[in-house]
Amino acid sequence: MTDKTELKYTAEHEWVLVEGTVATVGITAYAAEKLGDIVYVDLPKAGSTVAEGKVVGEIESTKSVGELFAPVNGTVVESNDAVAASPELVNSDPFGEGWLIKVEFDALPALLSFDEYTALTGE
Amino acid sequence: MTDRQELTDKLSPLHQLHVDAGASFTDFAGWQMPVRYSSDLAEHHAVRTAAGIFDISHMAEISVTGAEAAKFLDYALAVNASAIALSRAKYTMILDESGGIIDDLIVYQNAPGEYLVVANASNRDVVVAGLAERIQGFEAAITDGTDAVALIAVQGPDARAILEATDGLTQAPEWAMGHTLDELPYYACMGMKFRGSALLVGRTGYTGEDGFELFVDAGQAADLWQALTAAGEAFGLVPCGLAARDTLRLEAGMPLYGHELGLDTLPVQAGLGRVVPLKTKTADFVGRAAIEAGPAADARVLVGLAAEGKRAGRADYLVFDGDTEVGVITSGALSPTLGHPIAMAYVDPRVSEPGTELQIDVRGSRIAATVVPLPFYKREN
Repeated sequence: MTDKTELKYTAEHEWVLVEGTVATVGITAYAAEKLGDIVYVDLPKAGSTVAEGKVVGEIESTKSVGELFAPVNGTVVESNDAVAASPELVNSDPFGEGWLIKVEFDALPALLSFDEYTALTGE
Repeated sequence: MTDRQELTDKLSPLHQLHVDAGASFTDFAGWQMPVRYSSDLAEHHAVRTAAGIFDISHMAEISVTGAEAAKFLDYALAVNASAIALSRAKYTMILDESGGIIDDLIVYQNAPGEYLVVANASNRDVVVAGLAERIQGFEAAITDGTDAVALIAVQGPDARAILEATDGLTQAPEWAMGHTLDELPYYACMGMKFRGSALLVGRTGYTGEDGFELFVDAGQAADLWQALTAAGEAFGLVPCGLAARDTLRLEAGMPLYGHELGLDTLPVQAGLGRVVPLKTKTADFVGRAAIEAGPAADARVLVGLAAEGKRAGRADYLVFDGDTEVGVITSGALSPTLGHPIAMAYVDPRVSEPGTELQIDVRGSRIAATVVPLPFYKREN
């Protein structure tokens, strides 16, 4: 069970778990709830270079399309094949099995704390 | 992820029940309505396999009365209103002089000489204004009853059994206009009784399943919703939001105003030429001359598109035939029932034949799609 208070967040509703120089990235329960049932995810492949603030993937629900923004500069070391096969994991376990990508980064940018993020969503 | 919170003001008489049920809300035409309660997909599948209950109180109910009510509606709407028998309903449109669609409507003769016009929430004001303008010279009156009426839809194969099992909802021969619930035809209505008060029940819907729409006094709506929900529990009835309603109607090939229908569209372009009965209707009506003239030969027409995989074309995505842009999607989703992407699109007539292979531009990448007949989904009985 991920401790949500220990995670970092972006204003685009991604969460970031930092372990050494690798950031695991997913979308928050708030974002998954707003999207509705997620039926398709398009994630960058391992080896892709990503740039902070740029769109690197898409998360589609029956109703709409959400964009995944890279929270850091770096290289994708893994994307979650389980989510590609079963996108509903993003709804059922957004902070756990529903993680999306792991990115190796050089420097960590300023990200939101749990308190800052919850103040943003008002939840 | 980006998100925009809308501020809205109008609330359904059932709003508190939705809040208590944990619904998420969306702005729809100035109303704050449930978009989902738990899962869009679960709600969608419940309607296809058991039943769902929808609050559609945002829809507009306009009563038309008076000695010339039918004659007035003959002039104001595309429908041959004089030919709508007591207790029957017709799907129709209010057109402008150019034949463009101001709104799509259902008209019921809900009591002898009285008509009920049900309009989209987003078009309530223009429909009321359009009717008020056209009523001059007719002995008829219109009343916008929207705020006093709640509209509850129960849809799905078990809808009838649920209504029959609902505590306090009883048949009332004096208001039934000759119908019984089990024999009520599609697009007909009857009066029923809920705890002593009259309500109108139509066998209509927007899901492609059997179902009913219940027009009830706003003050009784919460009690009726709870009674229906209690009776439905044993059948697997679930409350459904607008998200499921949208995917259900899309699978059923039913148009949504602002997507498939609009002022720049003639009914025949939307595949709804049959809705304007030029051959049997002798009365003049607003838009008649333009409908008789028809659209330009190269005017785009509505088609269904089916694709493989999971990526859906969505509203406003362009449709291509090779390098040539030939159309635009008006509604699209990954079909929950069929498991593949479906869309409705306006395309050039030359590429509108079923079987035509086209491409959809999905945010920069092309996916193959085939023109297919509408609807995408048709229930078995």
